[in-house]
Amino acid sequence: MLKLLGVLAFLGLAATPAPAADAAKGKTAFMKNGCWQCHGELGQGGAAGKTLAPKPMALEAFNVFVRNSNGPMPPYPKEILSDADLADIHAYLQSIPAGKDYKSIPLLSQ
Amino acid sequence: MARKDRRRFLTGFVAASAASAIAPPLSRGAEEELAQNTRTPSALPPSARVAAAETQTPGEAAPNRIGGTPGSDFMVDVIKTLGIKYCPANCASSYRGIHESLINYGGNKMPEFLTCMHEESAVAMGHGYFKVAGKPLMTLCHGTVGLQHAAMAIYNAWCDRVPMIVIGGNELDASTRPPSVPTFHSAQDINALVRDFTKWDDTPVSLQHFAQSMVRAYKIAMTPPYGPVMISLDGGLQQEPVKGHGGDKLYIPRYVPTAPPAGDGGAVKEAARLLADAQNPVIVADRMARTPNGIKLLVQLAEALQARVIDQGSRTNFPRTHHLSAPPSAVSGADVILGLELADFWNVVNSWTDNGEHGVGRNASRTKQGTKLISINASDLITKANYQDFQRFQVIDVQMAADAEATLPALIEAVKSAIPAARRSAIAQRAEAAKKAHADDHARTRQAAALAWDASPISTARLCMETYNAVKSLDWSIVSQSGNVSNWLTRLWPIEQHHHWLGRSGGYGVGYGAPASVGAALANRDLGRFSVNIQADGDLMYAPGVLWTAAKHKIPQLAVMHNNRGYHQEVMHVQRLANFRSRPSNYDGDLGPVGTRIENPDIEYHKLAESMGWWAKGPIKEASQLAAALREAVKVVQSGTPALLNVWTQPR
Repeated sequence: MLKLLGVLAFLGLAATPAPAADAAKGKTAFMKNGCWQCHGELGQGGAAGKTLAPKPMALEAFNVFVRNSNGPMPPYPKEILSDADLADIHAYLQSIPAGKDYKSIPLLSQ
Repeated sequence: MARKDRRRFLTGFVAASAASAIAPPLSRGAEEELAQNTRTPSALPPSARVAAAETQTPGEAAPNRIGGTPGSDFMVDVIKTLGIKYCPANCASSYRGIHESLINYGGNKMPEFLTCMHEESAVAMGHGYFKVAGKPLMTLCHGTVGLQHAAMAIYNAWCDRVPMIVIGGNELDASTRPPSVPTFHSAQDINALVRDFTKWDDTPVSLQHFAQSMVRAYKIAMTPPYGPVMISLDGGLQQEPVKGHGGDKLYIPRYVPTAPPAGDGGAVKEAARLLADAQNPVIVADRMARTPNGIKLLVQLAEALQARVIDQGSRTNFPRTHHLSAPPSAVSGADVILGLELADFWNVVNSWTDNGEHGVGRNASRTKQGTKLISINASDLITKANYQDFQRFQVIDVQMAADAEATLPALIEAVKSAIPAARRSAIAQRAEAAKKAHADDHARTRQAAALAWDASPISTARLCMETYNAVKSLDWSIVSQSGNVSNWLTRLWPIEQHHHWLGRSGGYGVGYGAPASVGAALANRDLGRFSVNIQADGDLMYAPGVLWTAAKHKIPQLAVMHNNRGYHQEVMHVQRLANFRSRPSNYDGDLGPVGTRIENPDIEYHKLAESMGWWAKGPIKEASQLAAALREAVKVVQSGTPALLNVWTQPR
């Protein structure tokens, strides 16, 4: 993955300027394109998908990964998810507040 | 051919003087003496009533229209010697003879008939029951239509190595069988339908043959590797009167358990040598602990080696709280891997990613080069060709076609002998590293569970921990977990005992969860345990009639719905293919591709359960509402009534 990111950065693809992003639109796109199915509605992740939020990866890396994933997640081409949608989704993930420390949750600290 | 003559034709029966063919019937006192005798004889006589029927002339027999004692009464005598406690079944005319005998002649005890609304539910109930009780149930079904309904659950039992005795009614004689519907429901060889995924089957053609078949079926089902067996039961044989059989008296063979197959001594020694010499041995167990003793044995082996154990969870094989309990990723650093009753060894040491070029998945190794593999697996003894449950071929360095639990005592001793004194301190040091890894994993898991803790719909981690909190002071048993809750139950609950976690379906046939939970809850009810079921929505809707069976027979359980309103296993398959083909997926107003969602309208599972005699509440969408509802539901279950909470959840 790192190798892939490096190559794309060299080609200038990763430096594409991010369009103006809207977290509310991003949530809609997140739900409408199946992201929530594996990553959960708050990007919490689970058995089927990695944790995306809080603190998602940088937009450039996020963009490259979504377009070129060779892991368990299938790549999302632009025909399905536009650059604008991706930026909005990233903004939505960024807007999700940090989770609690498990030690502050009695059911998890017992 | 007249019905009585047909039976003679089938059995090759030669009429003889009944009085000379049959020994005098046992008196009541003699029967009691026999029952009290601790040393059971190798063959048991039928009951006094059945024996009398054989010794009397037709005129002396009890007055009834069939002119004697029904053959199915003798069948009940046979079944009663096997100690089968329940017979979950959906009623059907092709087994009406034995049905009538079970409830009227047999007193509806041992086995007790449990009214089921689908044959798949009946078999799955037996599946769940066995995993708690360690004893098989029998089920009855129409040999054709009922058996086709039952087939999926039989396949699950086959894949999960669970014994089950399936008896299918059939009308063999085309010239005398009732026309129309019963003939639609008859076949030459009903067993053929399930032969690929049963251990053995038979079609008895006489009562004596039935006695042998039934005891043999039980014995084969209960010899590891366990598995389902099938008997085709002719309607005529059930209904015709008991007669002498060619001068021989009827007898019931005694059931004697067969010892499980243990690993070859030389192979055990070689495996012990590899494990003792390993720098980082890892044990992977799937269906290793057939009994609670299996857990103790695995702890002994793991501690002797200080080897980390990955419990794949088809049974509780190893305490999750033990410092040697490890996640699946632990195989990556192993130099020796011991696989115990693994359904899929290839997938332990390799991965497959569904994202390769041209739509073909990509393989990769999970282990380092040169890792030695050892396998002990009784499934190697019953491999069949058609259904591919034997999985991909994996080269194994030391492979034992043997029962792991039966082999472990010898392996533990061999390992202890094989560890040189000079290696003992190095092995002890592995314990410290394992304790740290276990503690780190514990903290990471809890932190992951804290994410989306207050989400609505409710996170699966919150669902599981609120449920645990409500039952933790009880003798709990997770009787089923259908759907996918990100494995939070096995990651967060302190699973230590065999009944704490019963595993999954085996064949991954959806629809197992609800009926298996009822069967397991039945066994737990008899043991005074509290049953918890995390019930997926899609799974419940395959055959929800099992809810009524639970209420009817007073089988309590706490069912907490994992209601994610979709078939989430399938959602991403369709989305994945749409992505590969660069075209948006058609959601048609739902939250997933057409055909994968269970919404618009939403199913009100609480009302469904209520309509079938359950206490129920819902829909619960806010995490803050869950604890109080669980407390209420637990009280209801403790009073003997099944309770269901319809909880809206995150997808996984």
